[in-house]
Amino acid sequence: MDKTKEKIRSFMIENFLFGEDIDLKDDTSFLEEGIIDSTGVLELIEYLEEEFNIQIDDEDLIPENLDSLNNLEQFISKLLKTS
Amino acid sequence: MCGIAGIINHQASEEKSLLIKMSEFLRHRGPDASGTYAQGPASLAHTRLSIIDLNSGDQPIHNENKTIWIVFNGEIFNYPELKNQLLAKGHKFYTKTDTEVIIHLYEEFGTQLFDHLNGQFAFAIWDQNTEELLLGRDRMGIRPLFYCHNHHRLVFASEIKAIFADNTIPRQIDPANLSDIFTCWATLGDQTCFKNIFQIPPGHYARFSKKGLKIKQYWQLPFGKKIYQERSVEDWREELNQLLLDATRIRLRADVPVGAYLSGGIDSTYTSALVKNNFNNKLCTFSVGFSDKQFDESYFQKKAVDYLGTDHKTISCSYNDIGKIFPKVIWHTETPIIRTAPAPLMMLSQLVRENNFKVVLTGEGADEVFAGYNIFKEDKVRRFWAKNPDSRIRPRLLEKLYPYIFSQNNSKAVRFLELFFKKGMMDLDSPVYSHMLRWENTSHLKQFFSKDLKNQTSDLADFTNRYTKTLPDDFMSWDTLSRAQYIENKIFLSNYLLSSQGDRMAMANSIEGRYPFLDHRVIEFAAKLPPHIRMNGMTEKYILKKAAEGLIPSELINRPKQPYRAPISQAFLGDTHHEYVHELLSEKIIHEYGYFDPQKTSRLVKKCQQQKGKLLSERENMALVGILSTQLLDFHFIKNPQTT
Repeated sequence: MDKTKEKIRSFMIENFLFGEDIDLKDDTSFLEEGIIDSTGVLELIEYLEEEFNIQIDDEDLIPENLDSLNNLEQFISKLLKTS
Repeated sequence: MCGIAGIINHQASEEKSLLIKMSEFLRHRGPDASGTYAQGPASLAHTRLSIIDLNSGDQPIHNENKTIWIVFNGEIFNYPELKNQLLAKGHKFYTKTDTEVIIHLYEEFGTQLFDHLNGQFAFAIWDQNTEELLLGRDRMGIRPLFYCHNHHRLVFASEIKAIFADNTIPRQIDPANLSDIFTCWATLGDQTCFKNIFQIPPGHYARFSKKGLKIKQYWQLPFGKKIYQERSVEDWREELNQLLLDATRIRLRADVPVGAYLSGGIDSTYTSALVKNNFNNKLCTFSVGFSDKQFDESYFQKKAVDYLGTDHKTISCSYNDIGKIFPKVIWHTETPIIRTAPAPLMMLSQLVRENNFKVVLTGEGADEVFAGYNIFKEDKVRRFWAKNPDSRIRPRLLEKLYPYIFSQNNSKAVRFLELFFKKGMMDLDSPVYSHMLRWENTSHLKQFFSKDLKNQTSDLADFTNRYTKTLPDDFMSWDTLSRAQYIENKIFLSNYLLSSQGDRMAMANSIEGRYPFLDHRVIEFAAKLPPHIRMNGMTEKYILKKAAEGLIPSELINRPKQPYRAPISQAFLGDTHHEYVHELLSEKIIHEYGYFDPQKTSRLVKKCQQQKGKLLSERENMALVGILSTQLLDFHFIKNPQTT
């Protein structure tokens, strides 16, 4: 699953950090660190659905699933297993 | 309305050609006439937009024995009353202007003269008797006044470009102040975005003599005085109606016709209704609409026009219009901006000019004075939520505040969005609690700064510490709404709204804006209202809405607040190609100018282009316009300075 995490990491660095690989650790909170703003979250959701060919239900769009690389990896992994 | 400029040199004489050159840079502020005064250490220049006493009001103007001279930009709305008082004291007048009133007030009261003025002004008085210059600026900073001081010499002007007419004055963008703009949208206090160029802060005056420069405050924002009175809503409403009626009445004093901006909101519709019903049945109104419906308020503007029956002119603003006009906008703002909202207002003032008007009333200031902005409600909601941080119901109030964030597309990520607003929510003891979230979000734009610039700037904690030190000593004993209003008035209104969106966009087309809601009597009235009369529950501008009942359509009173915004990324990187955008945002030029990281900027531009000009995030939009406007500022004022 490291591949999933690395894919998302690359996306985050390219799209939200504009190439600067600062301290984006596996457990860095995107919200706490201000990596994503209030309107940028939609972009992340669109990417996840397209890249991993998944459909994310509204009730799953919570910080516990989306707000760090670790959370995202676990969440995507769970979704891919059940699909 | 006019432009003023001057040089005081206590050691050497100045070339008159420089004075002329300075005034040429202010021609747009005063296309009707110009005049100069040069004697001894003082050189004064004036460009005139004739509004009062069209025949004999040319400046500079002097006192009876020609020992005191003034150049003046603005209006003193209570000048007829002041003139009568001065005539009774034996002063002699040779014009019918408000300008001459200031001279005689100075003779009578010295620097206490400001207490007598009701107006919007920036002026310079040269007193030959004392060889002293007095620079004065109105209470809220409606009219601009900049200066550059170097020991025995002081150069001042209505706009910085006139100061830069002097080639000996260095031109450099100040990294620390640029950092502040990329945090709170404006510079603080007396600062500008240029090093060693300062402004006289609102409500201050300066005296410059051989002994040096002294700056003093003569008026301060009256919020937090704790003089709330318990009166009925009806009482407050009646007093407000009377005050606004008078504030509007004296703002119609002019020897040319006065029109009005009509945005479709409650503020401008209310003042237009006052004019139409009481003073001028043939009022002409002006508005701007947007081809992008997301920003357009034409529906409400039409409602207002139909109800008031004004002679209305409107202009539609497209993405391309903003992109096309933007370089000119920055030439006039003289500062980087992180929103494009000034651009349509420049188009609007052009429309006014084309219809042969020189003066318009606007509703500006009502949101600050009567608590109309969402940031005041956001402060209230976050404090309410903080009392029960686990509540699922309390954060839902945010959805009503920001429908464009919690829009249909985003609605499914609502809990994620709510967490954004939860950030710092428990820091209730912070004096700047109301604004921290906005500043925190905006300061992320600094990720685009170049390494070199980052090394010369400080972080958000330093900014908040610096700003907090400027707050009044008893600030934390104020009610929370007054605290938020004070910060908003002090930073956003004075240093952004009234300058970049106000004076500069109107004067670019020789138009004078007048602001009934910024009559100091109205501000002092609002400050003594108990907070729940300003904002009642989640009803913003409560008392103003009460005052407007029966005067304007209820649909306009009850409509959800729509912040005035304009398109950003699509204006620059959308369907229309703007050569200057591509050039100034190219890696080569970004690197050459040195403010921003070339690779990061290039990625932002690429992302925007891939999405056909449409950036999704508010922050990215702000970054794009912040970078572009800084590049344009450097281009206009540093790399390619105009000679006139």
